[in-house]
Amino acid sequence: MVDLASSNPAIEIEGLQKSYGDVQALCGIDLEVEQGTVLGLLGPNGAGKTTAVRILTTLLPPSAGSARVAGLDVVKDAAELRAQIGLAGQYAAVDEGLTGFENLEMVGRLYHLGRDSAQERARELLDRFDLDEAGDRLVSTYSGGMRRRLDLAAALVARPPVLFLDEPTTGLDPRSRLGLWEVIEARVAQGSTVLLTTQYLDEADRLADRIAVIDHGTLIAEGTSDELKERVGGERIEVRLVRREQAQEAISALSGIACEQPSADDGVVRVPVRDQAGAIAGAVRNLDAARIDIDDIAVRRPTLDDVFLTLTGRPPEPEEVDEADPDTGEHPQEAVR
Amino acid sequence: MSLGLGYAISDTLVLAMRALRRIPRNPELLTAYTVQPVMFTLLFVAVFGGAIQTPGYEDYADFMIPGIIVQQMAFGGFATALGLVDDLKKGLVDRFRSLPMSRMAVLTGRTLSDIAMNALALAVMIVVGYIVGFAFATSALEVAAGVALCLLIGYAFSWVFACVGLYASTPEGANTFGFILIFPLTFASSAFVPPETMPDWLQTFATDINPFSTMVDAVRALFVGGPGGNDIWGAVAWSLGLIAVFGTLAVRRYRTAVVS
Repeated sequence: MVDLASSNPAIEIEGLQKSYGDVQALCGIDLEVEQGTVLGLLGPNGAGKTTAVRILTTLLPPSAGSARVAGLDVVKDAAELRAQIGLAGQYAAVDEGLTGFENLEMVGRLYHLGRDSAQERARELLDRFDLDEAGDRLVSTYSGGMRRRLDLAAALVARPPVLFLDEPTTGLDPRSRLGLWEVIEARVAQGSTVLLTTQYLDEADRLADRIAVIDHGTLIAEGTSDELKERVGGERIEVRLVRREQAQEAISALSGIACEQPSADDGVVRVPVRDQAGAIAGAVRNLDAARIDIDDIAVRRPTLDDVFLTLTGRPPEPEEVDEADPDTGEHPQEAVR
Repeated sequence: MSLGLGYAISDTLVLAMRALRRIPRNPELLTAYTVQPVMFTLLFVAVFGGAIQTPGYEDYADFMIPGIIVQQMAFGGFATALGLVDDLKKGLVDRFRSLPMSRMAVLTGRTLSDIAMNALALAVMIVVGYIVGFAFATSALEVAAGVALCLLIGYAFSWVFACVGLYASTPEGANTFGFILIFPLTFASSAFVPPETMPDWLQTFATDINPFSTMVDAVRALFVGGPGGNDIWGAVAWSLGLIAVFGTLAVRRYRTAVVS
């Protein structure tokens, strides 16, 4: 298990590169993940997230650079390292021709837990993942959510100190996602370190202590969710006017409370503000005094979607933007324990 | 990299068990191992039996049963090819490669389970053979050696199919590749007819080149005796050679196999 007292990072990546022929999948990544924390690895499709996970889990050798996981080199100490990690992949890697119990027992025995412990651990995990009733059914009869839970359970069989989760909730319904998040949070509370790749920004916002954004194989930003949002700009007040021709009047009425020049677009005035406290009240008073009618007024903070868009120049997968929940996106610290 | 021979053996057994557990749940595969050989045996004996002359053998069944048994052994490895294609496609190979297990166990486990299935198919075919007129005509020791040789031949072809599975990216690909590779080999041999009746060019291939003929002749000699070739050590050498060559290729391919 993890020695929490020691300060060695659970994952250390230095100048990591991977190329396939002419294609450079990773162009020199440096990254550290502290023990007992969650790193969210974000990036568009093809950015190099899965390549990074495959190198860190010893499935692929790097072309250059080095990486250590749990203090072990991913190339030189690969055999020992495999006993320290758990991997849950993008595709639920479970055997459909076996039952849920047989799958977990097999993985336990391949971690060399011994037959009795492997069986005991399998029952325990089936119970925890709400699969106890389905445990003796063939996995081919499972729903997508059940397979994902089983896949994650398989990654946890040996209670590995470092977990790699490659898009663990892609394609799951909201309830199943929430359930998986809770399990991951519980593991972290027990001291595991997690590296999580995801395209769901609300997932990163909720689970990750720190977020790394990669694009075209390069690390383009790293920090806490708040730090990244800070980078793309602070809060702003958005005012929707009843009469859009009053936009210029509104801008002059509001420039007193703005920290930068307000802008207007299609009847919506955006006012960057430094201090949110009292900003709405002040804006309403000023607009009222100038006899400008307000249709709607709100404080808006940047979301990780804005971060993603600003940093990578393109939005995350379109269907996922729709699903991202702005509420969790705006209060990340409350959700992460 | 070494995790010790003990782990290599226990991991192999865990994965052989896994493959065996799946078989009774997979009716198509079970059919391929039981019903299909029975059907082929009955068809060959009933349809061709009357027309094919096999000098030196009392009954066509005596000539043909060893041949069709060896053919079935060769095709037994198909389960390994299909299983590996499936594991690669579903990402299971990634899971296995990320576990602290023996690197070869996925392959050795699969091929080991083929031996168990081939033993089942062999038993079924001997029973059916007796029903259609086949009978062992040699000593118990020779019969036992013949059974062992059959399983060794099957094991050798399991490694050929392990390569087929690792190089083919789809089940259809493995199927086509496997059939094109094995089917002509088994028919252009001494398995079903005496090669003397073939055109010269094919006869040269069947008797002098095709290792399958050597294998069939050896098994036939051990089961019923009779005139055919009886180069038993040749058959053993061919089997061990196939294991060495295709085993090496398969292990090398497995190390670098990636999910496409």
